[in-house]
Amino acid sequence: MPDEPQPILQLNNVEASYGAVKAIRGVSLNVSPGSIVTVLGSNGAGKTTILKTISGILDPQKGSILFRNDKLEGRDPAWIVRQGLVHVPEGREIFPLLTVRENLLMGAYTRPVADRDAVAKDIEDVFAYFPILKERTHQPAGQLSGGQQQMLSISRALLAKPTMMLLDEPSLGLSPKLTTEIFEIIVRINRERGVTLLVVEQNAHIALKYADYGYVLEIGRIVMHDTCAALREKDDIKEFYLGVKEAGVREGRRWKKKKTWR
Amino acid sequence: MLQLLQLIVSGAAIGCIYALIALGFVLIYKATETVNFAQGDLMMIAGFLGLTAMTVAGLPFWLAFLLTIVAMALLGMGTERLVLRPLLGQPAFTFVMMTIGLGYLARGLVTMIPYWGTETHSLPVPYKDEVIWFGGEGKGLVVSVEHLVIILATVVLVALLYLFFRYTRLGIAMQATSQNQLAAFYMGIPVRRVNMLIWGLSSAICGVAGLLLAPITFVHANMGFVGLKAFPAAVVGGFGSIPGALVGGLIIGIVESLAGFYLPEGFKDIAAYVVVLVMLVVKPNGLFGDNLTKKV
Repeated sequence: MPDEPQPILQLNNVEASYGAVKAIRGVSLNVSPGSIVTVLGSNGAGKTTILKTISGILDPQKGSILFRNDKLEGRDPAWIVRQGLVHVPEGREIFPLLTVRENLLMGAYTRPVADRDAVAKDIEDVFAYFPILKERTHQPAGQLSGGQQQMLSISRALLAKPTMMLLDEPSLGLSPKLTTEIFEIIVRINRERGVTLLVVEQNAHIALKYADYGYVLEIGRIVMHDTCAALREKDDIKEFYLGVKEAGVREGRRWKKKKTWR
Repeated sequence: MLQLLQLIVSGAAIGCIYALIALGFVLIYKATETVNFAQGDLMMIAGFLGLTAMTVAGLPFWLAFLLTIVAMALLGMGTERLVLRPLLGQPAFTFVMMTIGLGYLARGLVTMIPYWGTETHSLPVPYKDEVIWFGGEGKGLVVSVEHLVIILATVVLVALLYLFFRYTRLGIAMQATSQNQLAAFYMGIPVRRVNMLIWGLSSAICGVAGLLLAPITFVHANMGFVGLKAFPAAVVGGFGSIPGALVGGLIIGIVESLAGFYLPEGFKDIAAYVVVLVMLVVKPNGLFGDNLTKKV
């Protein structure tokens, strides 16, 4: 665990399920303020469920979620956004028929109407991160490419003036080059604005490169956590998440290696 | 030629009514992906409310009009909050059955209310039975003021709605909620309250349609069946498109009016459905139907 005194987000033994199917089984994690924390896991591990539970879309069955000093469980999603915790959903989820600008305005929905001028200025600031969006200001968002929609989705969340953002697979469906670009901007947002980030990723390469601390999630449980630098050196991470194989290891070994998480 | 123009104008006026009811269908459909089959009956209730305000309470027309619209907005919001929200999470079919049931209920209850009853009432609007001649009295185009009011009121209402959806925060949020409800939740838009307001808006629009139509067809318990013609209008426009609802309404109204004059008797009543069938064969998505697919 990073030796920061007070985590900005604390999950304590959180369990959540879809009907009878338990998606996360007792997840605990801490995010220190100003850091980038990643949760790695394969399909169906429960990554998205963790984020949905934090942002109030799902209610946890057990456990507690603490954001700064507020309990989040059972709260309305709109209330959670107002506390400065914004979710960038998987698959962009933009408003396809609204223009880029209208999409951004909706990101600022929870801010008071009197903030109109400040919001207009914030839109310009966000365009500095993603200049391509400025060119598309008055186009319907549905006409943007996948990468541009991801940029819009991140920008829209920034308009809520978050202190912390939850990013769900920002690399989904993007080329490696575009993925790197997006992650570099995500890191800039973290450094320049001090926004704490919790990034959920399948792409372990990129996530471990840019994040500070990582959790590994398998079938709804955290099986390992450490700084990203340390995680990159673990054998199980190398083999099962980064796809690194040492030469000749196949010889004389069982056809499938077991994970030890040591 | 004058004859044709005459038919087109009166067709357009009725078309405006279809368009307004279709607009009510479309707003609710876009927001909640369900169809409110009680839309026509809401219009009927508006007719009775207006009638009561004018004859029983003796209010002037404009005041009665405003009060009715406000009452209709509240009725729409109340229906959403008390009847439909508890069904959230049920299949769409449940909502459809519920709104059909509400329609029956409304038609039945109205006949039990003492003054309303099963009779046909006439709404004493100040412009009743007046006509305006365009291009010389006795030889030009004659338009009844009732038709003229319908057309003008529709134009004004639609312009206001356009400005509302284009420029106000709530209007944009209503569009956002209808396009991607989940994302609206993520952005902190109070989705449930927005849906309730959409029901209020849709019901208020129906109220306007009801009060505009009342001077022509009279107020009675089955007045809401006009909604059956508004449904084809919404389909022709491409269910889910606001400009489509307007154009669809006008098309159905005008075709119906022409069919009533030039075609044998009976064609007037099926004209709307013939238009829909042709539309579904030629352009299944409707005139303004959007088939925007989601990118991953």
